Amino acid sequence: MVGLNLSAVSDDDDDTGPDDHPVLSAAAVAAASRSTLRPPSLQTLLEDMPDSATVPHTSSSGGDSEGKSKSADKSSRSRKLKHDVIEAVNELIQDIDTCHEQITEQAVEHIHHNEVILTLGSSRTVLQFLCAAREKKRSFRVFVAEGAPRYQGHLLAKELVARGLQTTLITDLAVFAMISQVNMVIVGAHAVMANGGVIAPVGLNMVALAAKRHAVPFVVLAGSHNLCPLYPHNPEVLLNELRSPKELLDFGEFSDCMDFRSGLGSPLLHVVNPSFDYVPPKLVSLFITDTGGHNPSYMYRLIADYYSADDLVLQRKAVPSN
Amino acid sequence: MDSRRASRAVIDPKVRHVGFVTPNAPPDRAQSFPQESNSSPLSASPASNTLSPVMIPPPRHPSENLTTFRTAAIPVPEQTRLRAESVVFEGSYDPTESLSSSSFQTQSPPASSRLFVDEEFSEESWLHRNNSAKFASSSPAPGCGFNLTSVKEVSGGDSTVISEVKKPAEASANEKNEASNDRSKNALPSGPSSKSLKAKTTKSERRALQESQRAAKAAAKAQGNKPAPAASSKAAKQPSQKKDASIAPPSAAASEKKGTDRPSERERKKDAPAPRMQFDDKSRVEKAKKRALVNQTEARNRVEYFRHLPQYEYGTQLPDLQSKLFQLDPMHPAVHKVGLQYLAGDVTEDNGRCIAMLQAFSEAIRDYTTPDEKVITRDLTAKIGSYVSFLIECRPLSTSMGNAIRFLKSRIVKLPLTLSESEAKASLCSDIDRFINEKIILADKVIVRHATTKIRDGDVILTYGAPSVVEMILTHAHELGKQFRVVIVDSRPNLEGQSLLRRLVTKGLKCTYTHLNAVSYIMHEVSRVFLGASSILSNGIVYSRVGTASVAMVAHAFCVPVLVCCEAYKFHERVQLDSICFNELGDPNDVAKVPGRRDVNYLDSLDKKENLQLLNLMYDATPSDYISMVVTDYGMIPPTSVPVIVREYRQEQLWI
Repeated sequence: MVGLNLSAVSDDDDDTGPDDHPVLSAAAVAAASRSTLRPPSLQTLLEDMPDSATVPHTSSSGGDSEGKSKSADKSSRSRKLKHDVIEAVNELIQDIDTCHEQITEQAVEHIHHNEVILTLGSSRTVLQFLCAAREKKRSFRVFVAEGAPRYQGHLLAKELVARGLQTTLITDLAVFAMISQVNMVIVGAHAVMANGGVIAPVGLNMVALAAKRHAVPFVVLAGSHNLCPLYPHNPEVLLNELRSPKELLDFGEFSDCMDFRSGLGSPLLHVVNPSFDYVPPKLVSLFITDTGGHNPSYMYRLIADYYSADDLVLQRKAVPSN
Repeated sequence: MDSRRASRAVIDPKVRHVGFVTPNAPPDRAQSFPQESNSSPLSASPASNTLSPVMIPPPRHPSENLTTFRTAAIPVPEQTRLRAESVVFEGSYDPTESLSSSSFQTQSPPASSRLFVDEEFSEESWLHRNNSAKFASSSPAPGCGFNLTSVKEVSGGDSTVISEVKKPAEASANEKNEASNDRSKNALPSGPSSKSLKAKTTKSERRALQESQRAAKAAAKAQGNKPAPAASSKAAKQPSQKKDASIAPPSAAASEKKGTDRPSERERKKDAPAPRMQFDDKSRVEKAKKRALVNQTEARNRVEYFRHLPQYEYGTQLPDLQSKLFQLDPMHPAVHKVGLQYLAGDVTEDNGRCIAMLQAFSEAIRDYTTPDEKVITRDLTAKIGSYVSFLIECRPLSTSMGNAIRFLKSRIVKLPLTLSESEAKASLCSDIDRFINEKIILADKVIVRHATTKIRDGDVILTYGAPSVVEMILTHAHELGKQFRVVIVDSRPNLEGQSLLRRLVTKGLKCTYTHLNAVSYIMHEVSRVFLGASSILSNGIVYSRVGTASVAMVAHAFCVPVLVCCEAYKFHERVQLDSICFNELGDPNDVAKVPGRRDVNYLDSLDKKENLQLLNLMYDATPSDYISMVVTDYGMIPPTSVPVIVREYRQEQLWI
């Protein structure tokens, strides 16, 4: 459609052809846009809109009922579509902003007095979770692992101290040493996979293993927008990002002992700096989301709320010329 | 036949050698070994194919030696071999070849000196036996007493030498030492050179010297009751030192239960966990503070869990101690220097610390003079105790250092009273050097040999914490031509991995460098994990650099075998369940500040906040089920066999 100025960001054309699949409702489009890993090409999607009747697929919490009727003519339909999509995106933004409230409401149920909580790195959700419990006058202490190489734990510690919580900042190395004294591990997630596994900041797999060893509950706080319909396959490599080595080693430090011109072939030194870790579902005790607490084995059901079945596998299709 | 030998003869080597490399029959050693003219069954030479894991020489017990060493059958070849290739390591000690050569030529000395000679000699023979041709060690310092220096005739004995050796019981050295006091003073800093100078004094001079000393000694004896062995003031020690030595001993009483009294050694084994004090015991803390040579200010914001461990403000001790360098009377400068090195963090690695400490003690012993009216054993023990408590104040002892100190004290205690002071000191110094050599240097070589058999082509080896043994293993395997990659996992705040990385890359190994949090990412590529240890406890727990437990845990989760390489002298009979009961607290500012990354220094102003505590643990305890195998100088054993080694091979009388 010409009028649409939405840029196609993704490199694959994720469109569903008119003959195979009914056109996606705006809700489904919004849900597809929520998928953090494969943002669909809206332009291509919406190009197919006028050619077929819209069938409402899923009832989503986004509640876009008006997106279901697309009987108007092309231009008014496109305008309505724009309107619906924008509204859905706004709702999504609001979801992300407010999921914390619903999650933190549950804080009091899980944190009692004289608890010791461990966390790694920093997550806004975790911070608000702990503060909510603090406001309810629960007395507890927090061990914050600093979370190299980004050291976000320092920030979190600073925030917690400002709110009057007893905080101890430890290095990530000491997690195994201290975890026997800890009642609960609470962390945030980058993404939650369909099998209940978690893509989390680097180092959390180690923490989860230690927690399992010491029978400490490992609680993951995740908003519903974190949910991803994919099952992880080789997630350490495929769903990971490698960051710059400068966070580990200064650029100039090893230049004297690396000699590339001698024709040795491959360099002798590799520096690996991943940003994410995969935590398998068996290590997670509980997910606390804005819809309540869930077992990892239940997470796949939530996908149906947010994703249409058709969007689970976004296929490449030839774009029909209009 | 001493009791230990008897029990060892009972041990069925085949049964005991579970996990050991080669069951070389230890009962061979049950023969009185001076009669063995060949050293092959006992050579613990890693170069030889048959690696006897049982390298325990029988104990040096005077009474037993008397019965055993009647014959003069002295294995000549070993000495010559030793002399031919003495590897001099740091400290450049001269081997006591001269001593052995002189003893070798002893014709018919009186019993007492014979005793001494044979003991010395037996030590040499053990030394030789245990050091193969390849790894011949250098042994005790040349400064070990004037008997040595005067005895030392590099070109072989002569009768004067023998007569000197004959005289130890008479403790002649008083005047001898006065005459050579100046020489000895110079001897301190420049050991070997001055000793070689002394060796050039002629026979007649020495005889004259000795006569005069003997005469003076007799005179002195007439006055005071000098016990025979404690007579000679060894030299280089200002008389003030003697007095201070007697002042220092109050530390013995409260000194951290370092076992200053020999009867309490048994009990001390039980309190072995408390060479560190429990710092929440106020009365003991107060007492310790009074004696403290180092002014420590306690850190604020101590973590509750670790109130039983000392935590001090870092950075305050070093300038204070440095200013005291020239004033410390009770403290030998070598010991002081080592303490400074610990404080400043110049020497951090475990073996390095232990060797530095032992060498400082060796120097201190060399310079030691027994004060009047005191028995050398007790006084020296007290002195060592005071040094130890000083070192503890600089930095808490590691288990290896604790074991070394126990060894030294047991050696002091076992000094036969008939020895003269110089001989006693010489024997102690030679013991120390032998300990260093056998238990650390040679042990490392044995471990390297074992462990390199576990590296195959195509392996990816992960290591953490930069232990020196693992570095040696990797280098050796690389030299053998094996093709493998190394993953170095580093950790804040020490960043020890970077220096290891640099050394390995310059040697041409392919390395991958990452930080501890990424170990889950990298572990799926890894085929073996090699770790070092500060100590292995009797319940199989590996006590090592903090973070090791995490690495072992992740490796276990990925089914990657974990090998811990640790010398046997680091084993300890205490047990520990978690990392909190016994640990060491480092500088908390290291946690708050990230060097080199100004963007992440969020906590600059927050040290003083009440609610914020910073915890910088130095060690942690790795459970034994994460460890597949422990590589020691006794062989490759499962972690559950550690108490076996502690029990069987580390009983007091077996300490070399």
